[in-house]
Amino acid sequence: MAETHDKPPEQFTIRLRRYDPSSGEAPYWDEHTVELEPHRSVLEAILQARDRFDGSIGIRCSCRQAICGSCGVRVNGEPSLACHTHLDAAKSGSAEGVIEIEPMGNMPVLKDLIVDMDAVHWKKIQRVTPWLLARQPVPEREYLVPKEAMVDVTQTMACIQCGACVSDCLAMEVDPGFIGPAALAKAYRFVGDPRDEQQLQRLHDLAQDPQGLFDCTHCFKCVEACPKDVNPMGQIMRLRRIATGDHHIVDRNNGERHEAAFATLVKDNGLLWEAELLPRSYGGNSWFGKFAPRAGKELLSSLPAILKALLRGKVTPMGALKPHKIPAADLKAVQQIYETIEGRERRYELNLYIVGEDEEEPQAVGAAVAAEQTTGDEGGADQ
Amino acid sequence: MPAHDVLIIGAGLAGQRAALAAAQNGATVAIMSKVHPVRSHSVAAAGGINAAISVDDDWRSHAYDTVKGSDFLGDQDAIEVMCSEAPGEVMHLEHIGVTFHRNEKGEMDLRAFGGASMKRTAYVADITGQAMLHVLYEQLLKHHETVERFEEWFTTSLLLDDAGRCAGVIARDVRSGRLEAFTAKNVILACGGAGQVYKPTTNGLIVTGDGIAMAYRAGAPLMDMEMVQYHPTCLVETGILITEGARGEGAHLLNSKGERFMEKAAPNKMELASRDVVSRAEQIEINEGRGVGPNGAGIYLDVTVVPRRRTLEALREIVNLGRDFAGVDITREPIMIRPGQHYIMGGVKTDVDGRTPIEGLYAAGEVACVSVHGGNRLGANSLLDTLIFGRRAGEHAAARAAGIGLPKVDASAQLREDAGRIEAIIARPHEGRRVSEIKGELGEVMNRHAAVFRDEEGLQSALETIGRLREEADRAWIDDRGTVFNQDVLGALELGFIIDCAEATVLAALERKESRGAQFRTDYPERNDADWLKHIEVSRGADGPVVSYSPVTITQWQPEERKY
Repeated sequence: MAETHDKPPEQFTIRLRRYDPSSGEAPYWDEHTVELEPHRSVLEAILQARDRFDGSIGIRCSCRQAICGSCGVRVNGEPSLACHTHLDAAKSGSAEGVIEIEPMGNMPVLKDLIVDMDAVHWKKIQRVTPWLLARQPVPEREYLVPKEAMVDVTQTMACIQCGACVSDCLAMEVDPGFIGPAALAKAYRFVGDPRDEQQLQRLHDLAQDPQGLFDCTHCFKCVEACPKDVNPMGQIMRLRRIATGDHHIVDRNNGERHEAAFATLVKDNGLLWEAELLPRSYGGNSWFGKFAPRAGKELLSSLPAILKALLRGKVTPMGALKPHKIPAADLKAVQQIYETIEGRERRYELNLYIVGEDEEEPQAVGAAVAAEQTTGDEGGADQ
Repeated sequence: MPAHDVLIIGAGLAGQRAALAAAQNGATVAIMSKVHPVRSHSVAAAGGINAAISVDDDWRSHAYDTVKGSDFLGDQDAIEVMCSEAPGEVMHLEHIGVTFHRNEKGEMDLRAFGGASMKRTAYVADITGQAMLHVLYEQLLKHHETVERFEEWFTTSLLLDDAGRCAGVIARDVRSGRLEAFTAKNVILACGGAGQVYKPTTNGLIVTGDGIAMAYRAGAPLMDMEMVQYHPTCLVETGILITEGARGEGAHLLNSKGERFMEKAAPNKMELASRDVVSRAEQIEINEGRGVGPNGAGIYLDVTVVPRRRTLEALREIVNLGRDFAGVDITREPIMIRPGQHYIMGGVKTDVDGRTPIEGLYAAGEVACVSVHGGNRLGANSLLDTLIFGRRAGEHAAARAAGIGLPKVDASAQLREDAGRIEAIIARPHEGRRVSEIKGELGEVMNRHAAVFRDEEGLQSALETIGRLREEADRAWIDDRGTVFNQDVLGALELGFIIDCAEATVLAALERKESRGAQFRTDYPERNDADWLKHIEVSRGADGPVVSYSPVTITQWQPEERKY
């Protein structure tokens, strides 16, 4: 890897999405060619263009080392920090060798690459009561807490509030009211902190919020976008496991029941039985769920979607009546996974932030952070 | 016109701590920052915070280490305040949520740091500053009813009343370009150092000496400005900082022969000597041809001697920095570093309550010079400095506010003046040089002549260059003519600030004809207590800068030879 750092400067062309609200003009593209070593960052390219050609290029930036979180942008359509994206990688990921730089998504643009984070990101952060509600009484010295717990919440503490995860959150695109990955990761920072005394209340609030914990659709966009390995979706899933598995919070959004139905269907059949998912999520986690009044109501309101799926061949009448078949040995293997995981006394949460993906030292995984809670019913549904 | 008991400029650790302290003491508070608070440069502090919290430790030991680290230029009364209050402050931070790393017993863990006689640095992996800054911001959100926030407001000047008391500021809303006057019974400057005077520097692009220059222009003296810290471990190419925590965890420094050359300069403390000592030793290796890498301009930092798992857990951030910014896996191979500008010990002169000689004006954090760091700051004492003196300034300002009425000041003239200045910059014809060119040249000149080693000739030439650049800056042109986020015009104002800071630094360095702490004069290579055990102050007089002296406060530690 080090040899890539000895390469001489070369030319890179950047195409910037410009917008000046005071001009009354529509947004436009602006191209500049800069000269830098290939391992230098996209931010350095923007700054060189700003210093040499056009001082009016707007971008927030300060530290140049991925810690202040100012320079969140989209490079070739993907959200990231400009200072954390190498020019050679950006060029090879571009369409025609021209690196395209745009403001982040899901937030209004104020000027050029500067977006209004207050209007979206910080508002959402404020929804999770983003401060420690400390256990009382406050000790004279430090709270005595397990080392592992502090290392664990340090992963979410490492969030630099850059907004990259918010930029491309698909659920937020559909439902702008969704609390979003950054705020939920922030919530885990308190739920996972043994010094906080309102963990249950926090979980209740997040679960009952119709645009809260269960609004995430597992698309992994935030995991890819995060420049600091905070793994927002992972934190969301942990919040769900703690809410449902440990505290048995049954939410009005059906999140808990939906997850239970999912897990049971896969356990029983080896594969998901799609037609059963909706009735069981609403009517109860068994074959009889569809006869519950709530399920009927939900099925009725979903009729147009069901018909459309039938017409397009996505669901067949047979598939609705019978689950997918897989070989018995495979089914047994799937069920074996359930038995192993549900049989554990404690649920293991792998904190990849600290452990890293390290093939050479597998023993490190054994030292992974173990959650304090015991395994819940849904413990096996994820991971 | 907004009016408050206490108005704080800058929302890093010092500013936020001051705001919370002032609010808790009953004052009406506003905090203003040219960037969103969590972007403040405190976020980049990595290694940790010093406090004698171990049962085996004593704050006097911490204080002595700090005095010795300062090369006896630090004021010992102020150092005693900082070190004795450190344990309580760190516990407070823990209580409000900072996720300090724990030992097996669940207590705060402590790591070794440079210049310290024992392990006394509390830490959060190597993102300590970030963790603290974000936790303080959580508290600002919590106390939103008592602390009003003006985020992305750029302060252009301090407002003084007819009696010369500080009565507020003029500031520009970065989002709209609107200029407004803010009155306040007290203003606390907490807007950081002046790293952008240098190129390269570990400091963020926002660190442009705004507060130092504004106070200087208002008549406040700057103290210890010659004392500029070069951090021993910065990436060769970009100047990005590798935390001292790496050496705290046991990493070695090696020259091209594979020697741990610190044996010569600091046989006892080795890599964990004071930063000035380590940076000088590195520069000697480089200058004498024992450097590594292209042009022999680097030194190897070998982290591979630290157990890999420990590195991943406690030095996570620099593992990423090495990978992303130097292409090196530091757990497997040494990484090339060199000394780089990192911190200024000097700043606006204050007492232990953050008061400057201008009534109603306080300063805390890197903008200020109490002086607790003297000739050289110990690693992990800067976070402590921001919190202790931020809090004390906030408390004192709140108490002062309780006894006086709101200042009566007519801001309209100054408002017009600042607006005119900004309009004039925007209207300048495209002749002469760009702001960025001038800034680049200044940084390079300072890094050549006011760096680890200095002499009369180099400093004189730097001073002449600064004079020329000042004239060029007065005519420098910009591109942006808009009102919304016109960062271009703010850059021109910042250039004026850094030129003031650079001039004060060079003048003070020329004045001090000895070698002490970070100031090493090759033409005066010895420390000279008889003539120079005193602070140098630079103030603005009618015909330019005026240099004066003030005594160093010595309480219990007499100057002695400094060895590590």
